[in-house]
This record gives sequence, C-alpha cells and structure tokens, in this order.
Amino acid sequence: MIPRNRRPIGAAALLLGVLIAVALSLALGANPLPLDLVWDTLQGGGTAESQFVLVTRGPRTLAGILAGTCLGVAGALMQAFTRNPLADPGILGVNAGAAFAVALGVALLGLDHVSAMVWPAFGGALAVTVAVYLIGSSGRGAADPVRLTLAGVALGAVLSGVTTGLTLSNPEAFDAMRGWHAGSLLGRGGEVLLGVLPFALVGLVVAALLAPGLNAIALGEDVARAQGADVRLIRLGVVVAVTLLAGSATAIAGPISFIGLMVPHAARWVFGTDQRVILPVSAVLAPLIVLVSDVLGRLLIAPAEVPVGIVTAFVGAPVLVLLARRRRSRGLGALS
Amino acid sequence: MLRPRVLVVSGILLAVICLLAVVALGSGTYRLAPVEVLEVLRGGGRSMDRTVVLQWRLPRAVAAVALGALLGISGGLFQTVTRNPLASPDILGLANGAFTGMLLTLVLVSASWPLLSAGAVLGGAATALLIWALARTGGVQGFRLIVVGIGVSAMLASLNTWMLLQIELETAMFAAAWGAGTLNGLTAPPVLGAVVCAVPLLAVLAVLGPSLRQLDLGDDMAAASGVRPARVRSAALLIAVALVSLATAVIGPVSFIALAAPQIARRLARVPHLSPVLSGLTGAMLLLLSDLVAEHLLPLLAGAREAVAAALPALAAHLPAGPATVPLPAGVVTVSVGGLYLVLTLIQEIRRRA
Repeated sequence: MIPRNRRPIGAAALLLGVLIAVALSLALGANPLPLDLVWDTLQGGGTAESQFVLVTRGPRTLAGILAGTCLGVAGALMQAFTRNPLADPGILGVNAGAAFAVALGVALLGLDHVSAMVWPAFGGALAVTVAVYLIGSSGRGAADPVRLTLAGVALGAVLSGVTTGLTLSNPEAFDAMRGWHAGSLLGRGGEVLLGVLPFALVGLVVAALLAPGLNAIALGEDVARAQGADVRLIRLGVVVAVTLLAGSATAIAGPISFIGLMVPHAARWVFGTDQRVILPVSAVLAPLIVLVSDVLGRLLIAPAEVPVGIVTAFVGAPVLVLLARRRRSRGLGALS
Repeated sequence: MLRPRVLVVSGILLAVICLLAVVALGSGTYRLAPVEVLEVLRGGGRSMDRTVVLQWRLPRAVAAVALGALLGISGGLFQTVTRNPLASPDILGLANGAFTGMLLTLVLVSASWPLLSAGAVLGGAATALLIWALARTGGVQGFRLIVVGIGVSAMLASLNTWMLLQIELETAMFAAAWGAGTLNGLTAPPVLGAVVCAVPLLAVLAVLGPSLRQLDLGDDMAAASGVRPARVRSAALLIAVALVSLATAVIGPVSFIALAAPQIARRLARVPHLSPVLSGLTGAMLLLLSDLVAEHLLPLLAGAREAVAAALPALAAHLPAGPATVPLPAGVVTVSVGGLYLVLTLIQEIRRRA
C-alpha cells in the first residue's frame, strides 16, 4: 500500500497507463499504424487506410473502456457488499441470464449479429438478477449476501443447463454461442455503445452515491446500523447498480471473466480499504486491463485473434491463485 | 451403528432405482411394458425384446447406476475431506481439466473413443495434481483448495471455449455434448472396464471408512484415537479423484451429481456424516433419472408440438421450429435439476426461518 500523500502520484500513473493503453489499442493489431498517423487520423487527417482501420478500432476501444469500467466498479461493489473477496459480478446470475436470453434469441428469432444480441443479453441479465434478488430476499429480513450468492449460483446452474441443451439441439445457436461465450470486443458498433451508455451511467452514479455507506458496512452490519446507515437501502442500491453495470458490460462484450474479481483486489493492495478510493480506482484500472488484454489477444496469434475474455482469464486466474496462497490474505480468512 | 432410518432410506432408494431402471429399459421408440421388461430380465421374452433390452438398453442403464454411484461416493469423499458442502470434483476443476484433455486429444491425436477417454483421464489427473501442488502448503483441507480450484478451473474453461472456437462446427458440437456429460451412444465394454477398476478402490475405501468418520470429530480427536489425519485425508482424496476419473472417462464430466448426491442423501437420512453407501445410491438414482429425462425430453416435446399443430392448424406456423432429433446429454439435465434442487432448498430454508 502506498502512503496517503503519494496517492496523487498513483492516480496520475493510472491515468497515464489508460492513455497509453488507448493509444496501443488504436495503433496495434493485424494492421499496425504508427502513433503519429493515429493522432493525425483522429484530428481528421490521415490516409484512407488509416481512417478505415480507426473506424473499427475506435468503437472497439470505447467498448473496452465502457465494459471495463462497468465490470471494475460492479466487482468492487459486490466484494464490499458481500464482504466476500471472491465475489464476482457474475455471481448474481448476470452472465447466465444474458447467455440464456442470447441463446433463445438466436434459436427462436434467428439473430445472427453481435449488435442484435446486445438487447436480449441486457434483458436476460436484468430479468435473472431481479429473480435472484426476489428469491434471495423473500421471507423475513432483507436479502442477505449469502442467500443472494446461493440463489445466483443455483439459478445460474439451471439456466446454463437449459442454455446448453438449447444450443446442442440447434447448430446455429451453438455456433453463435460459442463465439459469444468467449467474451469479445470485436464488431461492437457505436450505436450499440450509445444504447447501453445511459444504463451504465445510472449504475455508476448509484455506485458513487453508495461508497460512504459501503465503508460503514465493511465494519459489519450492526456497526453500520449504529452509525446511522440504512443497510436495507444500501443493499437495494448495490443490487441495482451491480445489475445495471454488469448487465451493460455483458451486453457489450459477453462474459469477460476475472476483471470484476481481480481489479478491486489490486486497488485494495495499492490504495487501501477506503471504498471512496477503491471504486474510482477500479473504474480506471479495469478498462486499463481490459484494453491491454484485448491488445494482447490481437498480437498473440496474429493475424488471428484470441477473444479478450480468454486473455483476461489467463491473466486473472494466476492472480486468484496467488491471492489464495498469500499466507495472511486479509478477508480470505473470514471464509475459511 | 446403523440407524433404522438409514436402512429404510437405503431400501427406498434401491426400490426407486429398480423402478426407474425398468422404465428406462422399456421406453424408447420400441416401447415395452414393465411386465415384458421383467420377463426378459428373468430370461424369457421374445428374441426381439431380448435384443432391445439386453443389448441396446441395459448397458446404458447399468452405466447410469454404476457411474452415478461412483460420482456420488466421490463427491461425498471430497466434501468429507475438505469439510465443505460445496466442494465437488467439478468445482475443483477436474471436469474442465478432463474436457481440456479430451479436446486436446480430439484436435491433436484422433477421435477414437478409447483415446478420448485416456485423454480425459490424463487431463483430469494433471489438473488434480496442479491444484494439489498449488494448494499444498497449509494442507489440502479447506478454503485454499477450493479457491485454487476455482482459478485453475476458470482458466481451463476459457481454454476450452477457445479450442471449441477453433474447430469445425460439427466436431465442436460433438465435443460440447461430451463436455456436458452424456450417455448417448454408450457401449458395454467401457462400462464394464470402469466397474472392474472401481472395485479395488471401493475396497480400500471400506477399510478407510472408520478413520474417515473419526476425522469429522476434528484432527486432534482423530489423532488421539490413533488415526493419522493427513495420511487418511490424502488417501481419501486420491480415491475420490480416481473414482471421478473413471466415471468421466466413460461418460464425460457430468456435473452436479457429485455435489448434490451426498447432500441430498444426508438430508434424506438425517445423519450428521456423509455415508458413502447413501451417497452412492442417491448418485445412482440421480443419474438414472437425469438420463431418462435427457433421452426422452426432446422426442416428447416434438410429439407435443405435432399434437398442437394437428389440433390447431392456425397456430402451426407460429410454433417454434422443432429441435433436431439429437438426444440431449444427461449432463444438461443434471445441471438443471441440481440447480433447481438448490433453489428449492433455499426457499424452504427461508420459509422455515420466517
């Protein structure tokens, strides 16, 4: 953890990192462009070829930033809220719901392009999260995190089984889903991003409003109540924000694993445990990692590509294993 | 110290298994009444009936019972050793590892059945070793094992997704059906092989049984009664991995049976510890039931669709196209049923608390 007075330096380094990642994402790929040509093209100049390349890489980069920010913040919210360092936004059934709806759309309506799958994905994510919340919060008392997690895992399992059955009996759906499942930023047009953007923004605003309350919850719910925090309202807010954010990210890029899980940890290691710091740091660090992973995916087996979701799993899984192997990993002990 | 309830539950489970087996042996396009099935099993019946029941359907039913039992026992061992009700070989990444091994064999070597099985077992074993090596310091017990398992498992899952993207659609669908766990197209020899290999493992388990139950009391108590906790645990884990590998080699990574069977058995019998016999019986029943549903669900749906279309011709054009006639993999059903079971348990628990 860096000392408090060095935090501005850390923040500046992060922003610089994002700028570099954006530049790399615009410049590198099957058809690399020199950085000065990228700059010229962005200002309206450049060659016909460079303009053509940036028309595809521009939205792709924006998609990476938007999906990354959403996942990072959603992950930080989930971990603070469940006080479970292994909580991932996918736990609330977001990915399973989105996948199920996309598979239905492909099998029954014949959707055949990624941009047409955005809305089913978003709708499925929202519907399933609401169902998980209803199951988890029925009965006496508000939805407690353990119940929500279990409900998410259970409902997710049911849906993933049905999705697999659906795709295995329908070759077109199978073909579409095996691509969607990998998580990719390829071919997401600007209009798709604009459509999802309002939902993501609402989610980010709600998340920002929740940060002080989450600090109180981190000390335990009784302490939070004693401090005057409205635990019930905070819980509802977290579920709404996570649904909007994770739903947006999944709608844009499909399931991108491990970003929501590992980014908040990195933020905590470097900047301490204050949620008012972790949330914004996650919001910046996550797109950085998504963009770098996407660029790596383009370069690894060029001219072919590895989808970004697969690169993030290969970056993220070792982080998780390291985390589990650290002797005194804070918070992990609470679960053992 | 067998309680009467345990005996009764075991008896009921056995009866249900026999009932389901008779149904499974009789159903399909060539339908047989239960009486006719029993007639064949007693050595009589027409020769056509004998062929259908004994040669076509019996291997599949036997496989479901035997391998379901292995999965249930294996899951119970995992949960006893890790003392975590959510521990199961699938969560620990063995299923994904086996699938990776199978896919690598399919892509790099050949598509022949024995080789694919060998690839799957090697993949599962390599994954188990990797997870064990990474989680070893501090003992195999508990939380770290599960977290490392989740990490490695997720990485292998995305590797599998990527490999599925690289191969032909038809090959990928075949692989994905195997990856979900399926009894479709099963023949007798691999089933027999798995059962023969499992017998010595189960014998060792029977010897280990009392020491394992001591572990439930805590390591110190167990050590005081002359058990060596670390050694017993490693042996149990080894047997569990071997059992699940045997099942996976034959039918692919069928999920949720190993996870759910021990817990369902424990609730049915109301015993504090996980009994291998009960877990095995429950696992056998679950897999038999799931496979029955998987085999006949789509034909039933297609039949229902035709019936509706015939009754209401105006609706016919609006009905979703009937799915292809490929039977579903059993693993698809086990996941859904297992998930549903979890949801119901959850709702029940909430009701009780309210």
